[in-house]
Amino acid sequence: MNVSADHARCVGAGNCVLTAPQVFDQDNDGVVLVLDSHPPKQHWKATRTAMLHCPAQAIVINDDV
Amino acid sequence: MSTHVPAAPPVHMNRERFSPATELTAIATAQGLARTTTPFGTAWLATHHEDVRAVLANSTAFSTSGLARWRRPQSPVGDDVPEQDTSGILVSYDPPEHTRLRRMLAPEFTIRRMRRIEPRVNDIITDHLDAMEKAGPPADLVTAFALPVPSLMICELLGVPYSDHEVFQRRTAIQLDFTVSVEERVRAANHLREYMNELVDRQRAEPGDDILGRLVHDHGDELTKAELSGIAQLLLLAGHETTSNMLGMGTLLLLENPDQLAMLRDNPNAVNDAVEELLRYLSVVHSGLARTALTDITIGGQTVAEGEPVLCSLPMANRDPAFTAEGDRLDLTREPGPHLAFGHGIHHCLGAPLARMEMRIGFPALLRRFPSLRLAIASDEVEFRRFTPVHGVRCLPVTW
Repeated sequence: MNVSADHARCVGAGNCVLTAPQVFDQDNDGVVLVLDSHPPKQHWKATRTAMLHCPAQAIVINDDV
Repeated sequence: MSTHVPAAPPVHMNRERFSPATELTAIATAQGLARTTTPFGTAWLATHHEDVRAVLANSTAFSTSGLARWRRPQSPVGDDVPEQDTSGILVSYDPPEHTRLRRMLAPEFTIRRMRRIEPRVNDIITDHLDAMEKAGPPADLVTAFALPVPSLMICELLGVPYSDHEVFQRRTAIQLDFTVSVEERVRAANHLREYMNELVDRQRAEPGDDILGRLVHDHGDELTKAELSGIAQLLLLAGHETTSNMLGMGTLLLLENPDQLAMLRDNPNAVNDAVEELLRYLSVVHSGLARTALTDITIGGQTVAEGEPVLCSLPMANRDPAFTAEGDRLDLTREPGPHLAFGHGIHHCLGAPLARMEMRIGFPALLRRFPSLRLAIASDEVEFRRFTPVHGVRCLPVTW
């Protein structure tokens, strides 16, 4: 799994940080930071939930990588 | 205060206690958009989760500043709405102006920032529970707990003196009460703006260590006075009207579901999912601002023509069977899905992390402090708000 985030789309809602704190954080401006672009399998479910719950559709997951 | 009380609120705001009213569920179609009548004229109404998401996610095709392209807004009883200054009211901004303002405010509501203020939220909640306990039963839970907790918190964060709370709480209530004449609502809004203008003047002279102070300090050159006072007015309103109605009406819902109340009270690991379920089930914001199509666009198989308004029913979307099974049933153990109680897209609630924290701390603290908490009046005597954009209960007499 490869995780990336579109900083321009991010609205700083923080859902991803609450849902998958091992994978996402926010910088001081509230913009999403991907902490682990290749998260281990135990975090995949939370990462997918974060993508689904993101109000700005700013999280991109590529399963082929 | 002159009041005009129409028989029923607009259909998209109509509820039977916690739930969308029969009039609302009846006009929803199996697929696609419904037609509804609003104070602004006829509009499309999105009730399906997928359609609401599609509308709210698309800020290129849907504008919240598009009211001017619509018919002049009218109250439910047909009054013309006088002009109102919307500077700084960022929910009514489209990109790129919206992006500019939202970027300035996002740092104030990060998860890290919320963790830093968590002890203060705990203290405020404890103080109010102490005061309730000391005064003894009965109490109105709205005025003793649900309203002052989020109100005091947003005041401290913003840099608004809480000692003025009667001034702005009363005016905010008038502004949001659709049974009050439009002239009075606009007058209340303008008084609030004058109050905020004075506050902004003071902050400009001496910026405080709070949101307004930091906006003045960091972005003083980029923001007009009207924008600053509009931002303050919106955050103040949004910061206490929403969470307070969740806390008040949520407590009533829990009291009517004692098994689920006990589960939330006694199981700290259940709190986060329980709060998401309360948010989903109650969806206190009926629809948020109407969107205006900026182009012809198809939603749910229905063509919405350029210039046409679209309303999104958040409670309907959050109970859509295609989104979650048995959505009309409260189940605090339900696995949280991407509910739309905070909206979606660029206008997703800025204060959501604060609201979540206040509820995650507030509900269990209240229920643990008063394990025998119960209604002091009959359940069917509890009066729900009926003509406001945010659903809730007017007051909640409780005893313990």
